[in-house]
Amino acid sequence: MIQHLPILQVIIPLLAAPICFILREAKLVRWFVLLANIMAFVVSIMLLQQVNVHGTLVYTLGGWEAPIGIEYRIDELNAYLLILVTSISTVTLMAAGSSLNKEMKESKQTYFYIAYMLCLTGLLGILATGDAFNVFVFLEISSLASYTMIAMGNDRRSLWASYQYLIMGTIGATFILIGIGLMYMMTGTLNMHDLAERLVEVEQTKTVFTAFAFFLVGVCLKLALFPLHLWLPNAYAYAPSIATVFLAATATKVAIYILLRFIFSVYGFEFSFSHLPLTEILVSLGLVGIIAASIVAIYQTNVKRLFAYSSVSQIGYMILGLGIGNKTGLTATLLHLFNHALMKSAIFLALAGVVYRIGNVNIKNFAGLGRQMPWTMAAIVIGGLSLIGVPLTVGFVSKWYLVLALLENGWWPIAVLVLVGSLLAIAYIWRIVEVAYFKAPLQNNQSHKEAPPAILIPAWIFVIANFYFGIDTSFTAGLSERTAELLFGVVK
Amino acid sequence: MTALSLAFTKDLFASVMLTGIYSLLSAGFFVLMDAVDVAFTEAAVGAGISTILMLTTLTMTGRFENRKLHHPKIALSVVIVTGIMLVMGTVDMPAFGSPSAPAQTHVAPYYIQQSAQDIDIPNIVTSVLASYRGFDTFGEVVVVFTAVIGVLALLEFARVERADSEKPVPMLQHKILRIVSKILIPPIMLFALYVQFHGEYSPGGGFQAGVIFASSIILYAMLFGIEQTRKAVSVPVVKVLSALGVLIYGSVGIASMLNGGTYLNYSVLAENDVTGQHIGIIVIELGVGITVATAMILIFLTFARRIGKTEEETA
Repeated sequence: MIQHLPILQVIIPLLAAPICFILREAKLVRWFVLLANIMAFVVSIMLLQQVNVHGTLVYTLGGWEAPIGIEYRIDELNAYLLILVTSISTVTLMAAGSSLNKEMKESKQTYFYIAYMLCLTGLLGILATGDAFNVFVFLEISSLASYTMIAMGNDRRSLWASYQYLIMGTIGATFILIGIGLMYMMTGTLNMHDLAERLVEVEQTKTVFTAFAFFLVGVCLKLALFPLHLWLPNAYAYAPSIATVFLAATATKVAIYILLRFIFSVYGFEFSFSHLPLTEILVSLGLVGIIAASIVAIYQTNVKRLFAYSSVSQIGYMILGLGIGNKTGLTATLLHLFNHALMKSAIFLALAGVVYRIGNVNIKNFAGLGRQMPWTMAAIVIGGLSLIGVPLTVGFVSKWYLVLALLENGWWPIAVLVLVGSLLAIAYIWRIVEVAYFKAPLQNNQSHKEAPPAILIPAWIFVIANFYFGIDTSFTAGLSERTAELLFGVVK
Repeated sequence: MTALSLAFTKDLFASVMLTGIYSLLSAGFFVLMDAVDVAFTEAAVGAGISTILMLTTLTMTGRFENRKLHHPKIALSVVIVTGIMLVMGTVDMPAFGSPSAPAQTHVAPYYIQQSAQDIDIPNIVTSVLASYRGFDTFGEVVVVFTAVIGVLALLEFARVERADSEKPVPMLQHKILRIVSKILIPPIMLFALYVQFHGEYSPGGGFQAGVIFASSIILYAMLFGIEQTRKAVSVPVVKVLSALGVLIYGSVGIASMLNGGTYLNYSVLAENDVTGQHIGIIVIELGVGITVATAMILIFLTFARRIGKTEEETA
């Protein structure tokens, strides 16, 4: 069975989805989905072990060697992200039962779980595959499923948010498809490994340049890079809480993975950073994103929206790290992928707890919650500290690497701006802290109990992970460094 | 030209019809480029099913655009920039139809030369779709399935259940239409099955067959009313079938894994490689056909059920 691990990673959740549709009973589906998720998680751990022992794993689908057929190609980068996605999705699902019971009818929940599984399938499929067109197919699966999940939110505005995301996402996907189509036209292959070899010959042509540009814009739409982020705040704010946790922690990360994969493994560092002023573009967009989105976040009254804007700014950090174009910068990006997922899952899960008790996340209603729901609020605050980058949390580790990378290039003014971004993060976190801990509860909000343990425990798993990976960085930082070396090693 | 008038018209009914024409014209283009299978799909899906679905939506929303919400200038400039980029990209493209283009010289020759030996079916497109790149096709089926889940999740519960609703049968007065279509529906279904099982020899396959089959049911629904159709076609069964289609496809992969091959390797399914390929392709095409047909029927029925409701609300 060991040699089938790469494909099992994807088809376990994939086949679980239609089975859920036949099972129908929401309670049954819930346990089944959780089981499938745990299996996927175990597979991802085994995959990483295999990669560590044997190096890159190649799995030919249908028995046809690439580039004739489609292959799955797992190296350290995918294995790392596969673990990230499956672990987060598993822990999030533990909280799903009680949160969903509160937010939607039982008859609807089955559909939510199916959409969740399909979305997971899509994300894992993108991560595992070594074929450019296959990326597009699975991108469609994950996008469609996430539009569905977002539209299932309680608020009627969720429909509009989902529609916005659908339009933007479809444009992004079309751009990606145009890019892939042009690449195929110039090389005659869709396999990434093969593309990398054959692109070199036609490197100078305008068509390849156009392909790269389209692909880049498409992916940046998907990963919500400022100023293409407009779909994200509403989508996160009005989606069901569980969907927000899952999407915020994984979907944009996978989009960044696509970006990394194509910049480094397909086009190669040389092409990406010398043919295009990629450093300038990414660094400036990243910086503007960090600062602008953080400022907007300060003025939000819906706390979910606030953290959604914070996500946009955090994506700015990741893109900045990538744009620096040295190994430390890439390490920072990879670290922040993982770390940001941990912070945001902790925060959004805690917010799911708030929704469970209060029904909304308007900042007014947070008054006095520090005393009424101490554990929930503590989770949000710790997540917030991590966002700011306080030592002992994961946020500190990735910012540390980022600043190091900037100083390595001697770009200290940018390093200063990064720190300004952290100050802005203090401002928006402080607003919540102030309301929650220093204001008396509202008249009608006197007696709120702590969030149910089913939500609290998963949230605290993430909080503890925030500390654990903040103190013992050997797993994340070690792996990120090795991956960064690998990606730069591909470059000739 | 169609696209231009499409962009300018305010009449939604006209624009839906224009998209239909647009699809049909593109189908013509695809035929010119010798992509008969793609043309077939475009004609069936683009000109057929999606036009019907959009028209169904129109019966609910009304015929004309009412407000301008967007900033046309920004949108226009984005479109222009995109257009310029695309034209720029064509500068270094290999000439259209050139035999020395990379797309013609790398993997394509393998498909053309080896397909007969590996898989031994006359339609190479089917062998690429179903076997060489079978996993992509599996992904596409899952996309269709995801769309069904999306539609059902959003619309199935949005209506009020009424037990004894006698909705007006829309086309009761059109005797000729009713009789002609009654005669036509069985041949359409038969044709769908032909396309389904003949996909290896001529253009066609599960996707097209599924769509054609679904359109026969939809034709029935349009003429004899939704409720009548729901009696003839049990919705829970259709739902199970749509999931089953995906599972059939997926289980072929599992079967080949159990037989010692990699996922979706049909060669290991039988003693002989080529026979194995044949079995694999027929079974997965069946899975595709089932999921696509049931998906279209489900989407149409779910949409159409809303029609009565909106009428009631306005009344």
